[in-house]
Amino acid sequence: MEISKVVEKMQPSGIRAFFDLVLGMKEVISLGVGEPDFVTPWQIREAGIYSLEQGFTSYTSNKGLYKLRLGISRFLKNKYGLEYSPDEEILITVGVSEGLDLALRTIINPGDKILIPQPSYVSYGPVAELAGGIPVYIDTSKDGFKLTPGLLAKYIDKKTKAIVLNYPTNPTGVSYRRGELEKINKILLKHKVLCISDEVYGDLTYDFEHVAFPTLPGARKNTLYLNGFSKSYAMTGWRVGFACGPKEIIAGMTKIHQYTIMCVPITGQMAAAEALVSARRSVEQMKREYNRRREFMLAELNLLGLKCAKPQGAFYLFPSIKSTGLSSLDFSRKLLEEEKVAVVPGTAFGPCGEGYIRISYASSMDNLREALVRLKRFIEKG
Amino acid sequence: MDEILEILEKDGRASVEDIAKMIHKKPEEVKKAIKKYEKEGAILKYKAVINKDLIQDSQSEVRALIEVNILPQKDLGFEKIAERIYSFPEVSSCYLISGTYDLLVVVEGENLHTVSNFVAEKLSCLENVRGTATHFLLKKYKEDGVILKHRSENKRIAISY
Repeated sequence: MEISKVVEKMQPSGIRAFFDLVLGMKEVISLGVGEPDFVTPWQIREAGIYSLEQGFTSYTSNKGLYKLRLGISRFLKNKYGLEYSPDEEILITVGVSEGLDLALRTIINPGDKILIPQPSYVSYGPVAELAGGIPVYIDTSKDGFKLTPGLLAKYIDKKTKAIVLNYPTNPTGVSYRRGELEKINKILLKHKVLCISDEVYGDLTYDFEHVAFPTLPGARKNTLYLNGFSKSYAMTGWRVGFACGPKEIIAGMTKIHQYTIMCVPITGQMAAAEALVSARRSVEQMKREYNRRREFMLAELNLLGLKCAKPQGAFYLFPSIKSTGLSSLDFSRKLLEEEKVAVVPGTAFGPCGEGYIRISYASSMDNLREALVRLKRFIEKG
Repeated sequence: MDEILEILEKDGRASVEDIAKMIHKKPEEVKKAIKKYEKEGAILKYKAVINKDLIQDSQSEVRALIEVNILPQKDLGFEKIAERIYSFPEVSSCYLISGTYDLLVVVEGENLHTVSNFVAEKLSCLENVRGTATHFLLKKYKEDGVILKHRSENKRIAISY
């Protein structure tokens, strides 16, 4: 059976084999996990259980439970001063992943270009291609893994439809201050390039206040804001995200969503609604814990001689392993085989991730300490 | 609360070096701060949280929560009588509380008998103690924020984006 050319071209990358190696190995200390090590706070889980007990087992409206959309609207107003109407400008999605897919399918006409600063989360490019777009990757490795206005301007042309911005960034932990974002925003407005802003790690910003992209001057009408409950509330398995933006984009996304997904599972939506009401304190506590681990890991990596820029958010570090002379994949494979420590090769996030690895510190201090002992032994062996 | 205390409250064994790295300070500063807290009595002691149900050779202990009604003393209020009560080694915790009684006293003993004896012969006879109600503890589920049950852990996929 012949399958779609686009899908056929989507190679499961060389990383896949490495991932399989990790999954097949026992007693690995993994610093390769892209999700919180905390369990969803109890009050959220309890709300999910209670909703099941009460018999909430039906579909919800396509856009999602009104209660949840209203909660999101209020949350964004309180936190960022943003105003999104729960009726027309908010859509509940199956994680940010679905939000991104819907967004790209809604805006792309064949041949439209989508800018993707790299290293980036793995799905942006393939999803853009599936939607008939052309992903254009921007290598940020020479600029401290940051998109600069100069770099951005170089890549924009007449076919550029949108940019997928993700900050704090997976895999580098890099984030942006208001001034930096304002410059980026100006260029996007000038060239009428839509900003799809994936801010799922926004709550995990450590050194300064996170700036939501639509709060920038004139940005609201030119931005699709994507966020979710996975990282902030340790709710990855519940699969609840949301998209906020101009009503014509949200209406378009809702059309696709109603034909493909229908609605996000109701239990997750009920739990998410509770998260907004009662779990902000838990978010703060988890953030403080991540921050301590970030500082700890940074100090330790520096002692090991692995150069690492200070990440401002998420729960990732992206140290250079160039001093070892190994490629990202070789380093990762050897570290796994010799010391049973799993990390993700930087190349998983684009070719410009070569020479780097992604370390996730969403792991207990005991695990981190032990992983560092092994990493040290590995590096000293040469 | 100072972050050093926050860390130590969760993990009393966290080393000065690790704490220093976690909060981005010099080890000497952290050491000095901890010494100060210890001296001032903000940090009283370090101990392990033990689930005695799992210790086979340990003698099973009996614990009772005792509500104590007290006649307050002029000028001294509850302080003096509370001190007389909490000074008994059998008393593991003692709280002044609002509501229908005054002190909540937690008593530990080898068996039912020793605890009953303590209540009957020591506690109830104290001057100013007007009455007591003893509740024997049947099972501990959670203590000081620690759930006393080993739960199977949800394993995350070892590697994910």
